[in-house]
Amino acid sequence: MSTTVDMPRFVRAQQVEALPPPNLARGPIAWVRENLFSGPFNTLLTLLVLYLLYLVVPPLAKFLFIDAVWTGTDRAACRADMGGSESGACWAFVWEKIRYFTYGSYTISERWRVNVFFALLGIGVTWLLWLKAPRRDLGAVYFFWIFPVASYILLTGGNANFSSRFWIGFAILGALLIALFAFFAVVLKTSLKPALILGGGIVAVVGITLGLVEIDWGLPHVPTSLWGGILVTLLVATVGIVVSLPFGIVLALGRRSKLPIVRMASVIFIEFVRGVPLITVLIMANTMLPLFLPGDMTVDRLMRPLIGTALFASAYMAEVVRGGLQAMPKGQYEGAMSLGLNYPQMMTLIILPQALRIVIPGIVNTFIGLFKDTSLVAIVGIFDLVKTIEASRIDPNWAAPTISITGYAFAALFYFIFCFGMSRYSLGVERRLAAGQKR
Amino acid sequence: MAFTNCMNRGGRHEKRRQRMSSVQTAVSQTSPPKRSFLYDPKVRGIFYQVLLVVIVATIFYVAATNAIENLQRARIASGFGFLNNTAGFDVSQALIQFSAANSTYGEAFVVGLLNTLIVSVIGIFFTTILGFLIGIARLSKNWMVAKVAMVYVETLRNIPLLVQLLFWYIAVLGALPQPRNSLDMGAGFFLNARGLFMARPIFASDVWVLVAALAIGIVGSFAYRRWAKAQQEQTGRQAPVGKVTLALVLGLPILIWIVLALIGANPISFELPRKGTFNLTGGMQVLPEFVALLVGLVTYTAAFIAEVVRAGILAVSKGQSEAAGSLGLTPGHTLRLVVIPQAMRVIIPPLTSQYLNLTKNSSLAVAIGYPDLVQVFMGTVLNQTGQAIEVVVITMGVYLTISLVTSLIMNIYNRRVAIVER
Repeated sequence: MSTTVDMPRFVRAQQVEALPPPNLARGPIAWVRENLFSGPFNTLLTLLVLYLLYLVVPPLAKFLFIDAVWTGTDRAACRADMGGSESGACWAFVWEKIRYFTYGSYTISERWRVNVFFALLGIGVTWLLWLKAPRRDLGAVYFFWIFPVASYILLTGGNANFSSRFWIGFAILGALLIALFAFFAVVLKTSLKPALILGGGIVAVVGITLGLVEIDWGLPHVPTSLWGGILVTLLVATVGIVVSLPFGIVLALGRRSKLPIVRMASVIFIEFVRGVPLITVLIMANTMLPLFLPGDMTVDRLMRPLIGTALFASAYMAEVVRGGLQAMPKGQYEGAMSLGLNYPQMMTLIILPQALRIVIPGIVNTFIGLFKDTSLVAIVGIFDLVKTIEASRIDPNWAAPTISITGYAFAALFYFIFCFGMSRYSLGVERRLAAGQKR
Repeated sequence: MAFTNCMNRGGRHEKRRQRMSSVQTAVSQTSPPKRSFLYDPKVRGIFYQVLLVVIVATIFYVAATNAIENLQRARIASGFGFLNNTAGFDVSQALIQFSAANSTYGEAFVVGLLNTLIVSVIGIFFTTILGFLIGIARLSKNWMVAKVAMVYVETLRNIPLLVQLLFWYIAVLGALPQPRNSLDMGAGFFLNARGLFMARPIFASDVWVLVAALAIGIVGSFAYRRWAKAQQEQTGRQAPVGKVTLALVLGLPILIWIVLALIGANPISFELPRKGTFNLTGGMQVLPEFVALLVGLVTYTAAFIAEVVRAGILAVSKGQSEAAGSLGLTPGHTLRLVVIPQAMRVIIPPLTSQYLNLTKNSSLAVAIGYPDLVQVFMGTVLNQTGQAIEVVVITMGVYLTISLVTSLIMNIYNRRVAIVER
């Protein structure tokens, strides 16, 4: 079959007139046309949104900034009948109360201690969250041991009075624990040294903690009933984080365990806590915890919701960590086992470092949820930021129509800054991790 | 040793094979060394589990004995007998007959439960619509729509629900006018500081005809759907399922209603709220607490649902819609037959957990005084009776049951829609 073609018929003799240049393919106008007015429906949508923005944004800006009252010492500034302006937010109120919002009723001469606590918290969080920070292992020791102990001493004043009987009991228990470890080492015919180091280490850590708490640092005692505001909000969040991460890891490992009773206990705890609202857990901690303790023992009012939120957050953390554990390829487990590592070694050296790394975004998201949930302690009567605002709102000195809305706007802003910051951080980590996985 | 390892890794397969076989023979030749039974993983497993059981049992035992002692000392009764005692308090919104004098704590529990359920169900309905709209808006090609949706999601998601509820309740609803200056919104709707007033439907005795018509319509539409599917599979012809369903479910009852109205019987009439000098009388009143809670829950949860929807749509790979396009499907058909079914598979599990979150979050009603389960039962009843253990157990049991039943249904659903892999 011939494939020759009668070429002249198909080839043009004259040059075709060039097409006109495309009608504005770049530049702001083209962008607007492409993204906002690309068709009748889109145009309509854009106009609708513009109208919506016109309805919302100018009044909001007017209320929050333009008409807002920035200075003043009492309600007169924010009441029209007393010569003030009540068409805008009353920021003077927030400014006047900012110390109350930050420290609650914490003894005024001792407030520097709260500031030191904020600084210590900042150091710990930066150390752990900044992925390139030096010695992040030390950072973990700092955040999960040194920082909580230091904060406890700073905020309460330390100087707990343990009786000498307590110390004798502690010494006996410690000796027993070390002896138990040594006994197991002998029975199992392994070397004695690591067992002694482990047992001694546990006793030493607990002993040093208790000793530090007992030393009289010369700080006057500040009862927890005086604490309040942002201090309590951050405290509840921090305790939740410090407790929920280790406890959540233990629960997740329990849920993945091959031992049926361990697995069942973990599943029951996790599903139970995740199935009920936090507020019921808080009310339970508030009303039932005192019942479960011997009659002469009381739990601090602040301690109860702390326990409640910590347990609540642990269950959610456990599910996040479980996701990481499940994402580990089986080869990692098998590789670790074939190297002869035992279960704790396999988990701490091989699996958890990788699993926790990939779930950092999930962990941060849980923290965001936890941070928002700390506001619920206000319902059980703890003076966190929301509760201090609720209390100041009805202060007769500041009785003005815009006070409530200003207070809530301040609370919203505070929570927004923290939560938005955390969510941006988790996005950044996610992107970094994704980059590491790319080939 | 390290050196041989390196050589092996260097790709000398022959040598490696030899080495491995020699290792194997070495292992098979030496009999396993006698080990202490303490190294047996089974024995260790049993030991750890017994330890756990002992610890948990001890904790429970100590807690239980302490609780019994404390309750006896405080002279608090135990058991569920209190549910039959007279409540002696009023509830502002009760879907069943409830009065302080005649009703029991058990009825108070039912009232609270119904209030929780009604706010959850209505909230789920509206938040689904809003969430899907915003989720789709976030993916819009229109830059401004996408950005506005993003700002909405980021703002609402990062502010605690409690602050939002207080804001809606005190700042917005508090700014509403007194009853005498009610806002007339038309169609019998009035808004004032005491809540939203609307027409109350009054059902006559012959309303069962309408209910029956509705039931027939629903059953009929399902039957039609089956028939249409069978017909399409046989002949390839498509029947107008959507229109027929609409006509059967909505049209039939409305038609019968009109017919009944023409012959003089009036199964449903409406009582409109009337404006008096000081107050509105008649009609149906929706509590401001209910409105605030509903608005707060709907707007907050919608932000999360929007993210779920966005993720679900993005999870359908672009190749799917391109393939559908190359098969000649219209954009509408592509969306309806290819993208949405696949997206729903990703969307539904997290969507359900958002529904559960909404139900659980409705317990924040206690902060603004809406009489939900937690407010009525864990608040008032607990304070009056002091029977903390029973009340907490019942309340948590309710939420737990809702969660577990939902997740059970979800698991069944998931098994049905999951991709069957080879």
